[in-house]
Amino acid sequence: MPQGLAYLIEGLLVAVLLIVAYAVFAIILIYMERKICAFFQLRLGPMRVGKWGLLQVFADVIKILIKEIIRLKNADHFLYAMAPYIVILASILTFSCLPWNKGMQVIDYNIGVFFLIAVSSIEVVGILLAGWSSRNKYSLIGAVRGGAMMISYELSLGMVMLTMVVMSGTMSISGIVEQQADGWNIFKGHVPAVIAFIIYLIAGNAEANRGPFDLAEAEQELTAGYHTEYSGMHFGFFYLAEYLNLFIVSGIASTLFLGGWMPFHVSGLDGFNAVMDFIPGFVWFLGKTFFIVFILMWVKWTFPRLRIDQVLQLEWKYLLPLGMLNLVLMTVLKIAGLVF
Amino acid sequence: MNKFNTYFKEAFAGAGTLLVGMRTTLKIFFRAKVTEQYPENRATLQISDRFRGELVMPHDENNQHHCVGCKLCEMACPNGTIHITTDVKEDEEGKKTRYLVKYEYDLGSCMFCQLCVNACPHDAIRFSNHFENAVFSRNTLVRQLNHEGSTLKK
Repeated sequence: MPQGLAYLIEGLLVAVLLIVAYAVFAIILIYMERKICAFFQLRLGPMRVGKWGLLQVFADVIKILIKEIIRLKNADHFLYAMAPYIVILASILTFSCLPWNKGMQVIDYNIGVFFLIAVSSIEVVGILLAGWSSRNKYSLIGAVRGGAMMISYELSLGMVMLTMVVMSGTMSISGIVEQQADGWNIFKGHVPAVIAFIIYLIAGNAEANRGPFDLAEAEQELTAGYHTEYSGMHFGFFYLAEYLNLFIVSGIASTLFLGGWMPFHVSGLDGFNAVMDFIPGFVWFLGKTFFIVFILMWVKWTFPRLRIDQVLQLEWKYLLPLGMLNLVLMTVLKIAGLVF
Repeated sequence: MNKFNTYFKEAFAGAGTLLVGMRTTLKIFFRAKVTEQYPENRATLQISDRFRGELVMPHDENNQHHCVGCKLCEMACPNGTIHITTDVKEDEEGKKTRYLVKYEYDLGSCMFCQLCVNACPHDAIRFSNHFENAVFSRNTLVRQLNHEGSTLKK
């Protein structure tokens, strides 16, 4: 077999695997969200379709697949059709950066964190395009709000990632995970790492357009925000991307702070460490990720939505200065050898 | 300096209240859920005592009720839901008494206001908790409340 063909087949296989994993995680997350939301509101959530409503999401997927994609009269058709693909493309590119296990990573090279920030920022283009091309005032307001918010919070996110890069001494995602073999970053980096973790959770929640920061799609004010005019699978793409972004944000948080696929080790307890090593790496990764997903859902179903001025105030007056100070603190501690 | 202090005070106070909120929701997360799984939980379904499902006339084990046929409930009903047929019978001493022949109640036009129950001087009728009243034709909603061959309890 010629080498080019082999590469092509490998690429196709990986792409198919990625897309399948993407869909599977979307289904798991949607089910999880509905159950957790219900439990926070003293309800049981979906219970009818299948045992404990396990087949509910599959029924919803089939429903959304057979729905008509409406062609709007006065929309900018090219951009209108392109927007969901940009959003999902950004989401899948970021998704492929996640380290699942030792060597089980699709995109991994020496500027991994930089690449991650870059591709996750493409999403905002899709959101702005969706709002602009729909020719609907709700969509436009939602998109502009979303754009303002995501661009602002990207700064905090970048600061936090920079802090962790300073601590790890590498930008490669696999490298960041490898150097946590003797202890997760959140323990090794103590004070600045914990501050960075909290800032990351807040900014990441805003990046994923969820929780108290969902004012891009504020149902009560803007019907559905930037995806008001979308139907069928085009809407489905936005929906998928929203949930997968939640997973990606959590996955990156577990990579940067909780050691990715690294098992939990306590130095000195060799028996305990051996038992922990027995659990495969992707189980560790998924466990940590879903733990953070739960925290983010907990936040979402606890707090009311912020106003746009409050959102931007939180970012520019509190999180960004704190993030900058934290970066300085981390650098000083790193130079002084006080982080391990 | 004052502004500087309020900046930090507000930030910490805000974080504190957020944590209070998260603690509250976490408590609720683990609390028993209120959802009723209705058709499956028929056996254990709890309905409050005063819920008005349908009008019934209680009969005792001797097939006797308390209704004297005074028609106060029929008069009290704003919808004309109740129709009472009475007759007069004469005992051996020649004393005439009115007695109930037929107590008709139309569930379809009842608005469950309980005026009939309040008007009844003998507590002969009451509302029961039974609520699964859906039927396929309106005729079946008209019910006779007194049982066949029932008599007045002395």
